Amino acid sequence: MIIAIASGKGGTGKTTVATSLALSLEAPVRLLDCDVEEPNAHIFIRPENETRTTVTAMVPEVDLKRCTACGACDAICRFSAIVQMGKAVLTFPEMCHSCEGCLMVCPAGAISAGTRELGELIRGTAGSVELVYGSLRVGEAMSPPLIHRVKQEMSDSRINIIDAPPGTSCPVISALTGADFVLLVTEPTPFGLNDLILAVETVRTMKLPCGIVINRCDSGTDETRGYAERQGIPVMMEIPDRRDIAESYSRGVPACLAIPGMKQRFARLMTDIQRKTG
Amino acid sequence: MKELTIISGKGGTGKTSVTASFASLAQHKVIVDADVDAADLHLVIPPEIRRQEPFQGGHIAEIDPGRCTQCGECRLRCRFDAISEDFVVDRLACEGCGVCVYFCPVQAIDFSRQVCGQWFVSDTGRGPMVHARLGIAQENSGLLVSVLRKEARAIAEQKGYEWIIVDGPPGIGCPVISSVTGAGGVLVISEPTMSGLHDLKRVNELAAFLRVPAMACVNKYDINPDMSDRIIAYAWDHKMEVAGVIPYDRDMTAAMVARKALVDFSDGPAARAIRSVWENVRDFMKTRGHSKSALKIISS
Ligand code: SF4
Ligand code: SF4
Repeated sequence: MIIAIASGKGGTGKTTVATSLALSLEAPVRLLDCDVEEPNAHIFIRPENETRTTVTAMVPEVDLKRCTACGACDAICRFSAIVQMGKAVLTFPEMCHSCEGCLMVCPAGAISAGTRELGELIRGTAGSVELVYGSLRVGEAMSPPLIHRVKQEMSDSRINIIDAPPGTSCPVISALTGADFVLLVTEPTPFGLNDLILAVETVRTMKLPCGIVINRCDSGTDETRGYAERQGIPVMMEIPDRRDIAESYSRGVPACLAIPGMKQRFARLMTDIQRKTG
Repeated sequence: MKELTIISGKGGTGKTSVTASFASLAQHKVIVDADVDAADLHLVIPPEIRRQEPFQGGHIAEIDPGRCTQCGECRLRCRFDAISEDFVVDRLACEGCGVCVYFCPVQAIDFSRQVCGQWFVSDTGRGPMVHARLGIAQENSGLLVSVLRKEARAIAEQKGYEWIIVDGPPGIGCPVISSVTGAGGVLVISEPTMSGLHDLKRVNELAAFLRVPAMACVNKYDINPDMSDRIIAYAWDHKMEVAGVIPYDRDMTAAMVARKALVDFSDGPAARAIRSVWENVRDFMKTRGHSKSALKIISS
């Protein structure tokens, strides 16, 4: 079972929902924070015994002694990551997409697989929650390969909860691929609705079933509920705008532990999701 | 010409509200919405589109079943598992590397460039705005951000404008790198939470990595004054200019609902604070040095 939490935009309470859901379940949970550019779930989960592994991507390494400057690698690379100039071949590792095309075409066997550091994969546990998250190296542009790596840590025997990055392009697609159900977290404001519409289009493009969680539900307008109804998307949960939730969040305490009754509501959310996915 | 990029690490910190107010306060400027993944600025600064251009992204592979002999060469070569067992390319997984195209023995794979979205030059009540709509599930938002900034610079040069104000995307990855590289300065809008501090550190490291001078501003600082102090202390210790703090104020949401920039909507505490943050940012951008006025706001 794979449940992904997404939101179009950050700051709507996605991490609050992901961490509270993980901490509210009786069943063993694996929480995968795929927002590798700004991972935050660990701040709320406070995992113990963290282990860190460096994650790398393949980049070409050229042996200039063997290179005949034929230009075949330059010709196949779509990303200008390997360039033949005169008698030399230059590589630009940060542009490389690790397609291995240059490796496959070099007739002189001058290219071997080197590595570039993408970031770190971190694992830890807190009670029945196993947390796995990625942390993109500062200056690294490509997050999808690290997201893929985090997702390889999914467990068959546990409920997997994926905290997705914001947006509608490659990183979100990488995070949502393969999910059984997507929870879209939104706020009832014009910004929130704008971003929700984009998020709904994204999950529809990917043909994934979804439901909506309205955070700070009493703070804005009713437009969001109207939109959900017209689109036939269920509103699965509403979380009120309360100062104590905001304050506990600011201290790194998830809503389900700070507010009485919240834990039961998140557990019920899970039952509803399970009913919807059969 | 000065180019200021407003970023936040995470979304939802009030970045777009601050940008909209700056766009109102700055004289002679071009506004850019570089958060192409989920553009929002048009909600508070309504644009009248003057020019519309298609955005060409990368290539994508498509197998012609009529020519394909199902030899399996492409599946063997694809490092992104983008080709299914019955030889259909998954458009979401394809990286556009063209390796399959190169190795296909019967030339059964088409490889055309995709139109990934549109970008616009618009008139607004606050001056010209350059913005975009990226197609859903499209790649290359970093490239699109570069296109927008280039266009904004051309307009500013042509009109002799002093400012380019860029509403940046969240995160520290490809689109953020594109919107920060080569800017005159970045303003990081932070919030006083544990994750706010964590995110501020990461974006500040990115700004330092790209050698762009960085300023910090704490929004809703009074929600958790202790955490605000920690964020400001971090900024000071890491050579970030503190541009000021903004108190929690319901007018912020009310202005958004009214689809207005906060400084045009209210003269409440948050609006007054944003004016003073803008003055500090403006002075910093002019000198690229440390202005002293930020100290006053915090202690008063
Ligand atoms: S692996 Fe692919 S992207 Fe990287 S340099 Fe070689 S051809 Fe270019
Ligand atoms: S394909 Fe091999 S031999 Fe040819 S230029 Fe590239 S590295 Fe050199």
